[in-house]
Amino acid sequence: MNEAKCSWLGLIFSPVVLVQIRFILIQNRAGKTRLAKWYMQFDDDEKQKLIEEVHAVVTVRDAKHTNFVEFRNFKIIYRRYAGLYFCICVDVTDNNLAYLEAIHNFVEVLNEYFHNVCELDLVFNFYKVYTVVDEMFLAGEIRETSQTKVLKQLLMLQSLE
Amino acid sequence: MPAVSKGDGMRGLAVFISDIRNCKSKEAEIKRINKELANIRSKFKGDKALDGYSKKKYVCKLLFIFLLGHDIDFGHMEAVNLLSSNKYTEKQIGYLFISVLVNSNSELIRLINNAIKNDLSSRNPTFMCLALHCIANVGSREMAEAFAGEIPRILVAGDTMDSVKQSAALCLLRLYKTSPDLVLMGEWTSRVVHLLNDQHMGVVTAAISLITCLSQKNPDEFKTCVSLAVSRLSRIVSSASTDLQDYTYYFVPAPWLSCKLLRLLQCYPPPEDGAVKGRLVECLETILNKAQEPPKSKKVQHSNAKNAILFEAISLIIHYDSEPNLLVRACNQLGQFLQHRETNLRYLALESMCTLASSEFSHEAVKTHIETVINALKTERDVSVRQRAADLLYAMCDRSNAKQIVAEMLSYLETADYSIREEMVLKVAILAEKYAVDYSWYVDTILNLIRIAGDYVSEEVWYRVIQIVINRDDVQGYAAKTVFEALQAPACHENMVKVGGYILGEFGNLIPLISFNLLHSKFHLCSVPTRALLLSAYIKFINLFPETKSTIQEVLRSDSQIRNSDVELQQRAVEYLKLSSIASTDVLATVLEEMPPFPERESSILAKLKKKKGPGAVSVNELEEGKREGGELNGGGERGGDSSAIAASNAKTPTHYVHLFSMSLLNQNPMYEHSLSFSPLRPRLLICWGSARVPLLPPPLPAQAAYWLMFSQRLASMMMAS
Repeated sequence: MNEAKCSWLGLIFSPVVLVQIRFILIQNRAGKTRLAKWYMQFDDDEKQKLIEEVHAVVTVRDAKHTNFVEFRNFKIIYRRYAGLYFCICVDVTDNNLAYLEAIHNFVEVLNEYFHNVCELDLVFNFYKVYTVVDEMFLAGEIRETSQTKVLKQLLMLQSLE
Repeated sequence: MPAVSKGDGMRGLAVFISDIRNCKSKEAEIKRINKELANIRSKFKGDKALDGYSKKKYVCKLLFIFLLGHDIDFGHMEAVNLLSSNKYTEKQIGYLFISVLVNSNSELIRLINNAIKNDLSSRNPTFMCLALHCIANVGSREMAEAFAGEIPRILVAGDTMDSVKQSAALCLLRLYKTSPDLVLMGEWTSRVVHLLNDQHMGVVTAAISLITCLSQKNPDEFKTCVSLAVSRLSRIVSSASTDLQDYTYYFVPAPWLSCKLLRLLQCYPPPEDGAVKGRLVECLETILNKAQEPPKSKKVQHSNAKNAILFEAISLIIHYDSEPNLLVRACNQLGQFLQHRETNLRYLALESMCTLASSEFSHEAVKTHIETVINALKTERDVSVRQRAADLLYAMCDRSNAKQIVAEMLSYLETADYSIREEMVLKVAILAEKYAVDYSWYVDTILNLIRIAGDYVSEEVWYRVIQIVINRDDVQGYAAKTVFEALQAPACHENMVKVGGYILGEFGNLIPLISFNLLHSKFHLCSVPTRALLLSAYIKFINLFPETKSTIQEVLRSDSQIRNSDVELQQRAVEYLKLSSIASTDVLATVLEEMPPFPERESSILAKLKKKKGPGAVSVNELEEGKREGGELNGGGERGGDSSAIAASNAKTPTHYVHLFSMSLLNQNPMYEHSLSFSPLRPRLLICWGSARVPLLPPPLPAQAAYWLMFSQRLASMMMAS
């Protein structure tokens, strides 16, 4: 593949430049936010607006829809677990299925850590959910994917004073 | 109440949260919150110094209140104090508070940076990670200034623990993205590349993200990562499922790591080294083979993980665009997914095939799936999937299937979502023009577009059809006849009236029976710009059909025209009325001669689509053709000034001059219609034949006065000859 073609494709495919997670949200069906983790700068007003928009967009979808939604200049990969929507907002060229399973991986960790996690666990232990998030995601990227390693670390932290 | 873990208790927090949840109304909640805020305030101000546990509890409560949506204007100092505790749980809450409620007070920033510095040099991996996470989450300029030099050292030091390396890599990534000038390349960069060989997969995962970003701006610095990435990928793809135990997810070895490696490889062209390239091709073939094998598990997690890798591999194959065998295999695999029962896979297959369609190696293979894609367009229930199908039809269109595809897109347009109509219209217009062999088909297609989605047919589209009709003698009669028929529909879109009015005005004489009444019946329903266009058509009719002269003059003379409140309409009515009454038939015929063909340049429709969709809208073929051909029909004029000189010297007739001059006044607007627009700076002159000045246009800017003189002289000499 010659240089000229490489630069054309660079323009058209924009493959890798600065793709990342923009935010992670956990919301219930009523629109209450159980976790909001932001990986880019937004004002408090903008954050509120985004939260409302995301809620509006995902709650109207059902089984016949895909788990991916175009959202502003980004896209949202989401999945519903009981009454909670887990949404990851990523760049348009990010890998949809990889993030769909990153969500599931994260949920399985929460499930293990909180012993059959339910919404209330996330409410009462909100400050711990941030710790779980930071183990698995950081700076808008996936940090650790081994459930074994993450849980081992979380249990160790749990034992500290 | 769910169990609270033994480590930190914080029973008071749990009680508070329960109280809030039990509040029956918003007012009750606010009351309870205010009570707590007052309590916390007094505790913070109190004479007794608070112990760490209490401070932690209150700061955590404040955080909870903030996350509920209430503003918090105190507590930062106490949170910063928690940072210097040697207890993990207290530090953690402190760091969490300051990461969520970022404060730009410089004194606080100094204290925070101090605490971070202490934790970074503490040699306690847990504390180091807390500090690194804080920097990664906040990523402020002050933090970058303080720590951008230190983080790379931590990252590559031999005695750094694995988990710290993971956090350091991503922390550095954050700093690089927000303050790239403060992260300087150095000795550490080659060490970072070698992290790809680390035995801790988590470290590799984090390092790849850093390297991928850094290599965008410094490709040469990091190019050794390519062969390392290929080795790593190769080892993962060929591993037995017992090798990578901690990193095997539903029987798929290290799926996220594999995806990241494939993504990193997309930053570079194919490896030059034959052995490395061979190994990579083998990898890609293995991944494609695995897609055909029976699945190891029925769980959707297994297939999603496997397919995540597959789609990323296909992206890489497309990026290289150099292995025909792989491209065709990729296409076939995607073809199978087009009919998969899972909507996600059908969606992704359509999307991926779109990029495959532009490769010369796989274009033909993609075309074989046309029937499946058309079926998707008609039957998919998720609109975003239908949209991908439409995009793919556009991408796979060529001479062999253009008529079929345009017909399908038109029929899809009849029921399409409003949000996508404009883009669909642009695409159909582009395809129709690009692949027209028979221009009457092109004319039919555009008129259908106007009929189906008139509101979304932008100016560029209907200008184009007019330009093409003017430039092609062979289709003028057909166009005139077709618009005439279209105008007879009871409810007809205004854009149809515009196109019809213009074409009949130019070529109405090519069909035997023309009815002025037909056009005029639509007149009162139209907006001002359309009416202005119609008045121009009417004066052209007087030239084409002298028998209509008195009827039309009566219309022009009526109060609703010559006393119209819109200055443009009024001006035109007056000028045209005058022109029709004092000019002889010969002069009239000359002034109202057919429009000359438009000069050729890049299609403005293509430009509009590119602008709308961004760089991804247009395929490689289109861009390259657009550059090569240049002989495409187009429109558009240059701005005034010099071009009017060229216009004047190229003019064959005064009318021709008028047309060229008017185009020179406009931005990209080929229709001389707009040149008649009123400008308060340029007083209009009425037609005054006695002094041989015929300004159908406002007088030019002073610099062009000479050309007006030439124009007047030409007309005068013409009149004297007639």
